[in-house]
Amino acid sequence: MADESYPEGLRYHPEHDWARIDGDEATFGVTWYAQDALGEVVFYEPPEVGSETTKDQAYAEVESVKAVSDVYAPLSGEITAVNDAVSDSPEVVNEDPYGEGWLVRVKLTNPSEVDELLDVAAYRKLLEDE
Amino acid sequence: MTSGTALSPPSNADTPTAQQRERATTIFERSVAGRRAGSVPKTDVPERSLADLIPANLRRERPPQLPEVSEPEIVRHYNRLSRRNFDLDTGPYPLGSCTMKHNPRLNERVAALPGHARLHPAQSPKRAQGALDLMWRLERSLSEICGLPHVSLQPSAGSHGELAGLLLTRAYHEDRGEERTRVLTPDTSHGTNPASVTMAGYEVVKVATDERGGVDLDDLRSKIDESVACLMLTNPNTLGVFDENITEIARVVHASGATLYYDGANLNAIMGRSRPGDMGFDIVHVNLHKSFSQPHGGGGPGAGPIAVSDRIEPYLPVPRIVRSEGGNGASPAYDFDYAQPKSIGRLRGFAGNFGVFVRSYAYIRSLGGDGLTEASETAVLNANYLLAKLREGRAGRYLPVAFDRTCMHEFVLSGAPAKRELGVKTLDVAKRLLDFGFHPPTIYFPLLVDEALMVEPTETETREALDALAEAFDEILAEAESDPEIARKAPYTTPVRRLDEASASRHPVVRQAL
Amino acid sequence: MTRYTSATDSDRQAMLDAIGAGSIEELFDQVPAEVRLDRALDLPDGLTETECFDHLAGLAARNAHADAEVCFLGAGMYDHYVPAIVDAITQRSEFLTPYTPYQPEVSQGGLQVMFEFQTAISELTALPVSNASLYEGPSSVASAAYLAIGATKGRRKLVVSRGVHPHSRETLRTYAKGFGADVVEVGLDGGVTDAAELAEAVDTDTAAVFVQNPNFLGAVEDLEALAAVAKEAGALTVAAVDPLTLGVLRPPGESGVDIALGEGQSMGGRLDFGGPSFGFFAATEEHLRRMPGRIAGETTDADGRRGFVLALQTREQHIRREKATHNICTSQALNALGGVIYLAWLGRQGIVDLGELMARRTAYARERLAGVEGVELLHEAPVVREFAVRLDAPVDEVLDRVAEDGIAAGYPLAREYPEYEDGLLVAITERRSREDIDRLADSLGAAIGASRTHTVQKAPIPEEVAS
Repeated sequence: MADESYPEGLRYHPEHDWARIDGDEATFGVTWYAQDALGEVVFYEPPEVGSETTKDQAYAEVESVKAVSDVYAPLSGEITAVNDAVSDSPEVVNEDPYGEGWLVRVKLTNPSEVDELLDVAAYRKLLEDE
Repeated sequence: MTSGTALSPPSNADTPTAQQRERATTIFERSVAGRRAGSVPKTDVPERSLADLIPANLRRERPPQLPEVSEPEIVRHYNRLSRRNFDLDTGPYPLGSCTMKHNPRLNERVAALPGHARLHPAQSPKRAQGALDLMWRLERSLSEICGLPHVSLQPSAGSHGELAGLLLTRAYHEDRGEERTRVLTPDTSHGTNPASVTMAGYEVVKVATDERGGVDLDDLRSKIDESVACLMLTNPNTLGVFDENITEIARVVHASGATLYYDGANLNAIMGRSRPGDMGFDIVHVNLHKSFSQPHGGGGPGAGPIAVSDRIEPYLPVPRIVRSEGGNGASPAYDFDYAQPKSIGRLRGFAGNFGVFVRSYAYIRSLGGDGLTEASETAVLNANYLLAKLREGRAGRYLPVAFDRTCMHEFVLSGAPAKRELGVKTLDVAKRLLDFGFHPPTIYFPLLVDEALMVEPTETETREALDALAEAFDEILAEAESDPEIARKAPYTTPVRRLDEASASRHPVVRQAL
Repeated sequence: MTRYTSATDSDRQAMLDAIGAGSIEELFDQVPAEVRLDRALDLPDGLTETECFDHLAGLAARNAHADAEVCFLGAGMYDHYVPAIVDAITQRSEFLTPYTPYQPEVSQGGLQVMFEFQTAISELTALPVSNASLYEGPSSVASAAYLAIGATKGRRKLVVSRGVHPHSRETLRTYAKGFGADVVEVGLDGGVTDAAELAEAVDTDTAAVFVQNPNFLGAVEDLEALAAVAKEAGALTVAAVDPLTLGVLRPPGESGVDIALGEGQSMGGRLDFGGPSFGFFAATEEHLRRMPGRIAGETTDADGRRGFVLALQTREQHIRREKATHNICTSQALNALGGVIYLAWLGRQGIVDLGELMARRTAYARERLAGVEGVELLHEAPVVREFAVRLDAPVDEVLDRVAEDGIAAGYPLAREYPEYEDGLLVAITERRSREDIDRLADSLGAAIGASRTHTVQKAPIPEEVAS
C-alpha cells in the first residue's frame, strides 16, 4: 500500500476526493485517506464516457470487502475518459491513488468551481479535525 | 471447563496442525468415473424409449457432472468437513443479536416423527389435524408472549417477517386511502430492516440515537409526519439497552397514523417480563431460531412468524388457520382459510417452515411460561455478569462498554481504545479468540459504535463458561500489551488461517472448475 | 418443567454480587413500570421431556403421513426416498448448531458445503453462478423479479405463465406491490404456455418473463422458444425448474434462460408439511453482482492454503443495507447441505436413471388412468413425473373414497385453476411402484363409479388416521 501523502499540485474535496486541473480539463480520484478508510478495493464500475458529473454529487461507487463508498465529483463536467485499468485491478486505487488509480477525466463545465476546492493545507487541516 | 487456553503462537506459527496440513478437497474432486452411492429401483413398467416420451430438442444430451463417489466416501468427506467448523455444541458462541442458545435434542426427535416429517403439505387439512392443531397452539403461544392477538406463522425468517410487516403496513394505509412513502429506522438497526424497507417500496429515513442509547425523541418528532408509514424498532435495541421512552415513542407514532414495527431479534431479553404488544407495537416478528431454540443450521432454516394488532389483522397473509369448536363434546376441528379479501396474499409456498414450528412448539411446551421467563431473566443476568467480569480485567480499559448502563441480554463494547493504545483492532481480538476455542462476538455492528463488539452470551451458558470467556479476553489484551503482532496475525490454530477476502470478491470463483 | 439453564441460587447470588446488583429484579429496572407484565404468562406449565414427547407424539398421530398411505401428491414437493446418510450428516452438531460463516477460519465446513452446493446447482442448471440457497421455490420467483427490475433499470412489468406454480404466482403478486410492478398472466394452450399470448403480453416495459418447466400441470415446456420472446423485448427469462427432472430434460442454461430457480425439497428434503426446504437460484455471469443470498467464494489463506469465504458481501443487507440486492439474512443452509449430500449420493448416473424411471412410470400411470372409466387426460403434452387428469365425478368426494383405501390420489386443481374444476394432479416418484399405480387406477375407478351412482355423505373427520 502507498504511504500517506497529499500531493501539492492537487485540489481537494471534503468527501476525500482530489482533482488535477489541466486547463479546462480535470482528472479525479480518491485521496489516500479515502482508500485507507475503505480498505482493499475490490470492485469499481466506471460511469459511461459522455455522462456528466455534478459538483458535490456521487458519480460512482467503490467497494471494498466490507464497505461501499460513494465517490464524489469535486467539479462539474462531461466525462471524456474513464480508467478501465481500475475495473480490472481495483487494488491500484490503494497502491497509487493519485497516479495509476485515477478514476475519470472530465471537460469542465463550470471552471469557477475550482475556487471552492481545498488546497493541501486546508485538506490536511480537515483531516486533523476529523 | 469448556475450552482450553491457546497455544502460544509465535513458536507454533510455523508448525501446521493436522487440519491445516489437509488440503481442502471438494466432493467433486473426489469423483472417479463409475463410482456411485445410491441407486434407483429397476424399471417395473414398459421400458419405453425416452425419445418416444420427450421430443429431442427438449431432452438433455450430456448428464450433469454430479459427483461419482461411494457412500463411505460421502460420509467420510462430510464428516471431515464438519470438523472444520466451530459450533455451539462445542463451545460458547456469543454472537450478538443471534441468540445462540442450546438446541435441545428432544426437539429433533419430535420433528422426526413420521406424523410430522412424512406429512405432505398438500394433504387434505381434514387428514392433517394434528399439524393444524400444533400450528394453532403455537400461534396462541406466540400471541401470549408478544401481547398481540393475531398471528401468521408463514414468514420463513426474520427478514421475511419484516417484509411481511411492511407489506401489511402498505395494505393498511392504502385501505384507508392514504399514500405514505417513508419508513423510519434507527441508525442502530440491523441491515435487514432498511433492506426490507426498500423491497417494500418505501424510502428509508434514519432516526438518531440519543446519549442513553435510545431513540432520540426530538429527532423522531422532527421526522414523523404524514408521509411516514412506519417506524421499525427493536427493544431492547442492538446496543442491548431498553428504550425507556417506548411509551412516548408509540404515542408519537400512532398520533401520526403510522404503524409501529417490532424486530423480535432481541425478544430473549424480555419474555414474561414485558411484551411488545403492551409497549404499543402493531406488528411483531419473532425469530424462532433465536429465542425459540431452533438450531441455526449454519445459516438456516429458521422462521419469522408475525403477531399483529386488531387493526392490522385483516391484511394477514393467507392461508389463515381457523378453528371451529366441536359441538356435543366433539373435539375442535382446524382448517385453512383462504377467504380473506383484504389479505396481502401469500409470501411463500404452502404454510411455512412446519418442521421449525414443531421444534419451537416443543421448546415452549417444555419450558412453559415460567421457564421462558426464567430464560430471559438468566439471559439478562448472564450478560450483566459477563460484562462485570470483563470490566474487572483489561477489557475495562481497552474494550469499554459503549453505553454505560445496565445492559439487558447483550452489550456492545468499543475497541477504539484498544486500537488507539495497543494498535490492535476489534478484528484482531476476534481472530485471536478463535485460538482460545470461542466463537467471537458479532463485530463491527452496530455501525454507530467504533470498532464494535456485540456480545450476547444467552441463558444456557454456565457461570464457568462466562468466566473462561472473560479470562480469554483479558489474556488476549495482555498479549497485545506486550506484542500486538500476536493478535494481528491470528488465528494460528484454526483449520485455515486468516483468509484473503479481497481477492475472493475481486475475482470471484463461486464453483468448482470441472 | 424442563430447563436448559444451569444457574443455582448460589450461582445467581455470586453473579449478582459481581454485578453489584441486589436482585435480578434490579436488572429489569430499566423497563418502565407501565410496560412491565405484572402477571405470569398465560401458558400451560412446562412439561418434562417424557410428557412433552408424549404430547407431540399425540399430535403427530393425528396426521395421515406418507408412510401410512400411498402418496401421489406433488405440486412442488415430492415423496422421494431420503437416504439415511442425509440425516446422519445433517444431525451432526458441527453442521446443525453454528450460524452463518461470519468467521470463515472456523467455518470452512459450512463454506465448502456452500461452494459444493453452488457447483452442483450450476451443473444441474447449466448456469455458471449459483447462490447458497433461498427460502423455498415460490419466494425465489419473487426474488428473481427484484433482480430483473434492477437489471432492466426499472422496467415494471412482470409477465408470468399460468403454468407457473400458483403459490409462486401469488407470492409474486404479493411482492410486486412493494416493487411497484404489475403482474400480467398468460394462459395455457394444450397444457403449455400459449406462445402467441405471451408474445402479445411482452413489451419493452417487461422486466422478466416467468415460466416453469415442467409446468404445474406436469407438461414439458419449450424454454428456448419462450426465452426468445423475452429476449427480443430485452426482458429476462426466469425459469422455475424441477431439479430431479434435469437428468433427462435440457437444462435451462442451454435454452437461453437468464435465471433458473426452484424448489429444492425433492433433493434430500423431508416433506415436513411444506417446510423447511430450500430454494435454489442460478444465473448467467452478468447477474452475479445482483444475486440475492449468500455466495461462497474460493480464496487462499495467509499461508497459501485453499479456503472459502462469503464473497461479494457488498451485495448483502448487512453492508449495503437499503441498497442491498435482497433482505435475506438467515436462509436454509442445513437443508442445502441435505441437498448436496443427496446429489452426491444420487450421482451423475443416478440422476439420469431417476429421470428415466420417473418418465417411464409416469407414462404408464397416465395411460392406466386414461383407461379408467370417468378419467380423461387434461392435456397430452409430454410429461416427466407429474400429469393432470379430469374426473367425471366431484373430485373431493372421489379423494375421500380413495383415501379410505389408503391412497392420497393427487392434488385437486379446482381452487387455483377454476377452469379445471374437475382437475387432479398426480405425481410419480421412484417410490411409486407399478403396483401402487395399478392400485390407484383401480381405487380411482371404483371411487368414481360409487360417486356417480350414490348420494354421498361428507366423510367424517377422523380422530386418528395414521397406523
